[in-house]
Amino acid sequence: MSDATPLMTVKGLTKHFPIKGGMLGRTVSRVHAVDGISFDVLRDETLGVVGESGCGKSTTARLLMHLIAPDAGEIIFDGRRVGSRDMTMASYRSQVQMVFQDSYSSLNPRLTIQDSVAFGPQVHGVRRRDALQRTHDLLDRVGLDPARFAARYPHELSGGQLQRVNIARALAVRPRLIILDEAVSALDKSVEAQVLNLLADLKKEFGLAYVFISHDLNVVRYISDRVLVMYLGRVAELGRAEDVYAAPQHPYSAALLSSMPTGDPDRRVEKAALQGDPPNPIDLPGGCRFHTRCPLVGTMCRGTEPELARIARDHDVACHARIPGSGHRPESKERAA
Amino acid sequence: MRAVMRLNPEDRSKMGGRIVAGGQDVTRMSRRRLNRFRGAEAAMIFQEPLLALDPVYTIGMQIVETIRVHERISRADAWARALDLFERVQIPSPERRLNAYPHELSGGMRQRAMIALALACWPQLLLADEPTTALDASVQIQVLLLLRQLQRDLGLSIIFVTHDIGAAVEVADRIAVMYAGRIVEEASARDLINTPRHPYTIGLLKSRTHDAMVKEHKLDTIPGAPPDLANLPEGCAFAPRCYLAQDACRRGVPDLQQLEGGRTVRCRRIDRTAPELRSAAAQ
Repeated sequence: MSDATPLMTVKGLTKHFPIKGGMLGRTVSRVHAVDGISFDVLRDETLGVVGESGCGKSTTARLLMHLIAPDAGEIIFDGRRVGSRDMTMASYRSQVQMVFQDSYSSLNPRLTIQDSVAFGPQVHGVRRRDALQRTHDLLDRVGLDPARFAARYPHELSGGQLQRVNIARALAVRPRLIILDEAVSALDKSVEAQVLNLLADLKKEFGLAYVFISHDLNVVRYISDRVLVMYLGRVAELGRAEDVYAAPQHPYSAALLSSMPTGDPDRRVEKAALQGDPPNPIDLPGGCRFHTRCPLVGTMCRGTEPELARIARDHDVACHARIPGSGHRPESKERAA
Repeated sequence: MRAVMRLNPEDRSKMGGRIVAGGQDVTRMSRRRLNRFRGAEAAMIFQEPLLALDPVYTIGMQIVETIRVHERISRADAWARALDLFERVQIPSPERRLNAYPHELSGGMRQRAMIALALACWPQLLLADEPTTALDASVQIQVLLLLRQLQRDLGLSIIFVTHDIGAAVEVADRIAVMYAGRIVEEASARDLINTPRHPYTIGLLKSRTHDAMVKEHKLDTIPGAPPDLANLPEGCAFAPRCYLAQDACRRGVPDLQQLEGGRTVRCRRIDRTAPELRSAAAQ
């Protein structure tokens, strides 16, 4: 397998949650949590995923891990379709691991730290003695002295220490991809920076790829090679982090980035780029999902949903206004004409 | 924050010191005086409006009730004021929204409704406890801008508590940095961001600001973790994590020092944190 092939390819991944209602418990409507998203994760890269709550970030993470079954779409890992005979679920899960936001509830409170970390390798057939040896090496590597921490229980550790344990546990099965779902969001700011540094070091040392999901746009810019912007279950924009942050092409990405506090008392934000809240993912607007809040909205945006299209090198956008020859004209101009 | 409103249960918390609001000491107020103070003079908004609002009454009823507890005013007049408040906090179709229950509103809308409720009796002081933390980025900035505008229009004083320095800079004239239960530095927003003097503020800004987050560069971090409040270290609480700590810092809490421009810092080593010195050390 050459290095040019992506580590993971996601095609048309879809998950709708039915909402049951009425006396017979029929499905009355659906939450379109993830609606046909496709992207690659390259080798050795960090792919940042940003978007507002309810846009499907966490559902995507769970679909990637196969913690919930997709309604449609497939995942190809290392050139092999996940779930096929070439890539069984067991072998897939030893190569892809996940770290969650809540560092305490993701550990078993009745297992010591070392038992939690050594659990995964033992499931995958490593002898207990070797698994414990590996655990101690990893605890040491993530900055927890094994002599002090290995025999302790989760409630004895702080949030930052627990998240280090979760990272060690993810590493214990020697994965190639780690999905980090808001993994630093619950930590104190000063501790968050320590964990981000640790993640960067581990990535180099073990040749890992990350899918880094966060609502914190500053952190995503810092850690990501490429960024994927999600809006209501769809990919709005995907490109290199520096390109997306310097010149966002999708009007939603642009609005999201301009909502970031500047941190500069002399250049405060004067006007909110978006009004109102994101629409409910149950009653989606027709056409482009963003058209109800979009400053560039045109007639075609209400009727046709834009597909993700390449507009520059390594830069994909799903917006009629940005796709040359789409026939899009902003309504503000149509009215003037 | 809760101490200012005297919300902490009195039999289980020990309170010392004084809180003077509008010339009156809140810690010595009688029950009745306190009821007048809460709502009419000072009001509070919280992080989670769904918990702060009553789920079984419409928002309009809750605002009317609040007004009529404090003032002798007819139901119709109170309703008219509620409508005015909803327009001020920029809730679209306010008549319909007043008749809505909290769960029927979106997160940003609920936060606006809670602000309207807090302002129902035109308080002079608004206490805002992480009011934008649970909101999405695009909604957060709308609420920050709203608070800024209300502050100007109504001449409010706002205490805005947040862990997000970026949000604080958007709304605040002055910023006070707290560490382990004490204010360690206080200055105008501009001075604090441009020339922080307490080592904790310096570390906090270094790990957060845009310039600090340059790709491929390690983040500057503050070592260790925040202390356990039940078991504070002797002396300066920040000393175990401080790059400037000396033996003297571990003996006795440092005094608040006055600096030029009305700023204060609680640190013994500020001779080493002047901006000139720090840029020289970095080179």
